Amino acid sequence: MERNEKDILLVDDDQDYLMQMEIQFKSAGYKVKTAGSMKEAEEILQGELPHGVVLDLMMEETDAGFTLCHKIKGKNSSIPVILVTSVTSETGYSFDSETMSNPEWIKADVVLPKPVRFEQLERELKRLWGD
Amino acid sequence: METLNILVVDDELGMRNGIKRVLDDYSIHVSEVDSDVSFSVKAVESGEEAITIIRKNPPYILLLDHKLPGISGIEVLEQIQNEMRDMQVIMITAYASIETAIRATKLGAYDFLPKPFTPTELKNAVRKAAEHIIVTIQAKKLVEEKRQVRFQFISVLAHELKAPLNAVEGYLKLMSDKSTIEDPEVFDHIVDRSLTRLSYMRKLIIDLLDMTRIESGKKQREIKEVNVTDIAKISMESMMPDASERNIKICLETDAPVLMEADQNEVEIVLNNLISNAVKYNRDNGGVFVSIMDSDHSVTIRVRDTGIGMTKEETDRLFNDFVRIKNEKTRNILGSGLGLSIVKKIANLYDGSVSVESKPDIGSTFKISLKKTSNIQKN
Repeated sequence: MERNEKDILLVDDDQDYLMQMEIQFKSAGYKVKTAGSMKEAEEILQGELPHGVVLDLMMEETDAGFTLCHKIKGKNSSIPVILVTSVTSETGYSFDSETMSNPEWIKADVVLPKPVRFEQLERELKRLWGD
Repeated sequence: METLNILVVDDELGMRNGIKRVLDDYSIHVSEVDSDVSFSVKAVESGEEAITIIRKNPPYILLLDHKLPGISGIEVLEQIQNEMRDMQVIMITAYASIETAIRATKLGAYDFLPKPFTPTELKNAVRKAAEHIIVTIQAKKLVEEKRQVRFQFISVLAHELKAPLNAVEGYLKLMSDKSTIEDPEVFDHIVDRSLTRLSYMRKLIIDLLDMTRIESGKKQREIKEVNVTDIAKISMESMMPDASERNIKICLETDAPVLMEADQNEVEIVLNNLISNAVKYNRDNGGVFVSIMDSDHSVTIRVRDTGIGMTKEETDRLFNDFVRIKNEKTRNILGSGLGLSIVKKIANLYDGSVSVESKPDIGSTFKISLKKTSNIQKN
């Protein structure tokens, strides 16, 4: 199997989804850290920064994902951040960094609606890394 | 204060001005819905003008003269059949034949005001029509609100059922690719989580069935003398495995039998929900204290825990359908969001009450009192 030394941080308050993504990233050879809340994610980010972040928009506060995104980009704007969201299915609103009239305030590189498959996440990360 | 718009159609200028003058400062109180109603009056002299206005902005009340220079009042009615909806038509006419009256009624005229009429007669006719309109609007609003509540319930329910399905489906897909999971411990964890999610999905469905039966009143109730203390003991025993896993003690603080006329199953649902919550939302090594108190008129069930507790804002909405308190502490606790709402519905069947006192990180005390002499119907 192709080994991959990249670190990925996964942030999601749905522990089942978190675990499923963790298994798949690990199986593809990544080193994975997981956080189930904004607080846990911030603690992890105190240490060495990961090579890529996948984070869920709907955590305790509905905008926690946006806030965290800002903080990560503030530390190092070159780290790819993918925001996954179930906002569309829950509220009917559609977020999409390309179609947003003013995507400036969303600091994520890509916004994907849930459910997102692992292959899709990996493809986007690779694209952002320039692999 | 609501304002109903009125359109007056009469070819006599004096009549138009007179009606406008009387109704412009007129207002009524509709006691059925406790609301005040005033009127905004517009007057035109021909049927043709009236039709144009009605098609653009139909009035609530149409005061329509029959004998008009162009098309007649009846013809106006014929042409606005599609715009009638909530509109009430009062025909004002000097010499209406029976035939005209019947024809007008068939076309939806609500009332007749024969000319000449006094301001009081005019006001009375308008009042009658306005009351009818306001009550009709209110009734429609209630139906719509009910529809909305049901719609919302169904969409939340669909979401709650989809969540565990997504989780289990995700795990099964992982398992179907045997190379993905090499660690047997991970494999076991996946199976455990899948089973847990499914068991809560089952619990949700059971809660839902309980709730529908209680709400529809179709549940076969079997009212007989039950011992609430005994039911509490059985319920406590059934929670023991979950409690001892986390070293939580469940104590019954009262031992005396407490008898009341009730449906055994309903009392069980109340106790099961309260005790299982007290265990679920507790801390490790915590305690659950149950007491059943008897008085002349009621039985009070009290369940106290040493758990995570809640803030005032959280307890305020606790007893509603699908309310689950979402925070860092409850993140990994599963539930249907219906348990306490069912408890409240059952308490209502016994003219009872539910209350909760809670402090974050200290614990919560739930108190449910059931009246012994409620109007419970025996089968």
